Amino acid sequence: MTKIIYVDNDGTERVVEASNGESVMEAAVKNSIPGIDADCGGACACATCHVYVDAAFMDKVGEQQEMEKSMLDFAENVRENSRLSCQITISDSLDGLKVTTPESQH
Amino acid sequence: MDLTGASRIVVIGGGQAGAQALQSLRQGGYAGALTLVGDEPALPYQRPPLSKAYMKGEMTEERLYFRPASWYQDQDIETILSTPVKSIDRANRTVELAHGGHLDYDALVIATGSRPRVLPVKGATLQGVHDLRDLADVERIRPNMIAGRKMVIVGAGYIGLEAAAVARQLGLDVTVLEMAPRVLARVTSPVMSEFFETEHRAHGVQILTEARLDHLDGDGGKVTAAILADGTRIEADIVLVGIGILPNEELAREAGIACNNGILVDRDARTSDPRVFAAGDCASRPLVHYGRTGRLESVHNAIEQGKLTAAAILGKPRPAEDCPWFWSDQYDLKLQIAGLSQDYDEIVVRGDPNDRKFAAFYLRNGTLIAVDAINSPPEFLASKKLIMSGAKLAPGMLGDTSISMKDIAAAALAA
Repeated sequence: MTKIIYVDNDGTERVVEASNGESVMEAAVKNSIPGIDADCGGACACATCHVYVDAAFMDKVGEQQEMEKSMLDFAENVRENSRLSCQITISDSLDGLKVTTPESQH
Repeated sequence: MDLTGASRIVVIGGGQAGAQALQSLRQGGYAGALTLVGDEPALPYQRPPLSKAYMKGEMTEERLYFRPASWYQDQDIETILSTPVKSIDRANRTVELAHGGHLDYDALVIATGSRPRVLPVKGATLQGVHDLRDLADVERIRPNMIAGRKMVIVGAGYIGLEAAAVARQLGLDVTVLEMAPRVLARVTSPVMSEFFETEHRAHGVQILTEARLDHLDGDGGKVTAAILADGTRIEADIVLVGIGILPNEELAREAGIACNNGILVDRDARTSDPRVFAAGDCASRPLVHYGRTGRLESVHNAIEQGKLTAAAILGKPRPAEDCPWFWSDQYDLKLQIAGLSQDYDEIVVRGDPNDRKFAAFYLRNGTLIAVDAINSPPEFLASKKLIMSGAKLAPGMLGDTSISMKDIAAAALAA
């Protein structure tokens, strides 16, 4: 199991023990983490699983694909460390990953 | 009707809408008894991958489920699976189960979804002829998805074309039969139909339009061929039927709840009985932005109506209704659709279909009502906002790829 820490907009932290191979979005949904809607279920079709990735992990979460990049371009409140959590696959190297959810996904 | 005192809520149907209602009720603070009753053996799962990644074998079954079984225990949700509902007794506020027993309710959510239209030809019940709706359907289909086998797909809608893409990628020999003069005729414009036909033909799919299926031939109870009205015989090891769906409205109708091609609901997803709600494929809802009512067969609609239902039961403000949206994955193409394109009076194509990256915008009286975007998220996402804003748009600007969608949206929304 790999530890993922979700921080909501108010600063509340929730720690989840996630399985390698699932996405950061899936681990959030399965553990009822608020602030991640993931309407399309991970098809990179809706941009409602936006998160901010902790600086220490930016180089470990993998490269953005073109589709994700252009989806994020239209999300609200996008920052340098914005990612779609359905496109980040959990592995050992992400143990302790901290992601923060934005105020709104819409 | 104020239902904030409700302490027994029953949800019929564990699809996307039912699952959303359960989640939104608990998330919204509902602490009373909550029961899901569904006719499928599985806990709620995602349907879209059934004709995409899951069918192709790129996704494990575990990842289809919205939540693990432990979530239902943690949330104190009773799940009664493999159990059809026999009837709804509104006078006594109780739901009769097919296997005996009943569930009393203060508020009832009908999320019974839809069922595939039955192929009205001889041979439709032969072994090897499949619908594509449930996990169980896909489990029957997948063992036959073997390179070199012959698949005939009846109906060139999204489900049929998605399955055709998967089957071709797995090396099957695929023929698609469509009664209309073009694929996707019911749901999109000729420019998109032509694009998808070209794409599928380039991948080796045989597409026959204006094809009238006469019957299916079999041998020893197993399908062997599709026979067209003109006598053409197409060999088949497996036949997939994707000719549309019908709303599962019978339970509601038999209980005296108003229906008309779907269970009629208001903006809060409430039916003609104030204690009863309907959400998802089975419901016919006000499409406020389009000034009409209708059924939407989509994930977005199921999620939205699940949320509307929970908010109405809990006495919370109605969540904002979003622009309807849809998606389809075929080969390496992502089609994203925003809005409803029926009744458009002008179409603007942005980009070149030959680049496999373009968008078709649909306008009515100078305002954007829908877009079909191929591998073009900016066009899709900007359009969701533009459609709901009702802003007037200059067609010349929309079609000009030298102006970014961000700038087009900003200009239109500022005007």
